[in-house]
Amino acid sequence: MDFNGSDAIPGPRTEDHLPHTAEAAAKIVIVGGFGVGKTTMVGSVSEIRPLTTEETMTQAGIGVDDDYGSDSKTATTVAMDFGRIGITDKLVLYLFGTPGQERFWFLWNGLFEGALGAVVLVDTRRLAVSFDVMGRLEERGVPFVVAVNSFPDAPRYPIEELRTALDLGPEIPIIECDVRRRASSKDVLTTLVRFLHSLALSGTLA
Amino acid sequence: MTPPRRKRRRPQQPAPPPSPAAARTEGEAKPGNPERLYTIAGADGARAELDLVTLIVARSAPPPTASPEVAAVLRLCVAPLSLAELSAYLQLPFSAMTVLITELITAELVQARAPIVRQAVPDRSLLEAVMHGLQRL
Repeated sequence: MDFNGSDAIPGPRTEDHLPHTAEAAAKIVIVGGFGVGKTTMVGSVSEIRPLTTEETMTQAGIGVDDDYGSDSKTATTVAMDFGRIGITDKLVLYLFGTPGQERFWFLWNGLFEGALGAVVLVDTRRLAVSFDVMGRLEERGVPFVVAVNSFPDAPRYPIEELRTALDLGPEIPIIECDVRRRASSKDVLTTLVRFLHSLALSGTLA
Repeated sequence: MTPPRRKRRRPQQPAPPPSPAAARTEGEAKPGNPERLYTIAGADGARAELDLVTLIVARSAPPPTASPEVAAVLRLCVAPLSLAELSAYLQLPFSAMTVLITELITAELVQARAPIVRQAVPDRSLLEAVMHGLQRL
C-alpha cells in the first residue's frame, strides 16, 4: 500500500508514523479551566503537531460553560487537543487537554477511567475554577498532580499555602511551571509519572 | 492576599462508569447534561470497547467498493494510528469514528490494539518505561 494517488485526506507526515511494532498506547489527561494553558502544554511536549478531536452534542448540553466572553452558549461542538510522545518501539503516550467541566468528559469513552493519571493545570488568578475538577478526580479515584502555570501578573503563593487552600494531602505534588517551555512541561509530566510510581510502590492507587 | 479555599472529596464507592442509557435519559431530562449526537450501543446496550487511544492498523488495502471514509481510514492505518488521530485527520466526531471503526473491525478490515489503562495495581515497569521515555524528550 502507498499514499500516492488521490488521497485528499491529510494524514500524518511520514516521519510521524508510529512503528509497526507499536502495541499499545496509554494516556495522560491535562485538565483545567478555560485559557489556563492546556493546549500550550500539549503543544510544547508533543512530538507531533497537536491535533484536535471533536465531539458534537445535542442542544441538551449547551449553555452552562464558562463565560469568558465566548460564544459557548451557542456552540454544539466540544474540542479536545491532544499530542503524542513515543516511549518505546512498543509503547506510545498520548496527552489530552480537556475542558474542566465534568459533563463533557463522558463524550469521550474512558477519558479519565483509563488514564494513567491527570495534571490539573491551575492559574492562581482563578484558583477556584479548578476546585470542582480536583473534587471530581478525587471522587473517581484518578491520581493527579497540580501544576501552577506561572502567568506574569498572577499572584504567587508559597506552595504550602496553596496546598492548604487546595486541601491537598502532603503526598500530592504541586509544582510551578511555564507550559510554554518544553523542559518545564516535561518536568510536570515526569513529576506525575514519578508520583504514580510512588503510589505503585506503596500500593495505594485506588 | 489569601487564596480561596477548597474542600477535599472522597472516592465514591463504587466509581460507576455512566451507562449510555442513563446518560441518554439524563441528557433529555436535565438541561446541562450533554448528549452525543452519535451514540453506539451493542446488543446489551454497552458501549463499544474502543478508546481514544486504541491503535488501529489496516489489515488490507481498501477494497474497490469501499466508501471514501473507509478507503481513507485504511490508507491512514498502514501504520498504527489511534482512534483520536483518525478522528482528527478525518474531521469526524469521535463517536462517529467509533461507529466506523467498529464496522471495519467486524468486516476484518482493521485490527484494534487495546490501550493500556490504569490498573488497581499499577504496572511499575510500565511507569518506569514512561519515565525514561519522557527523560529522552
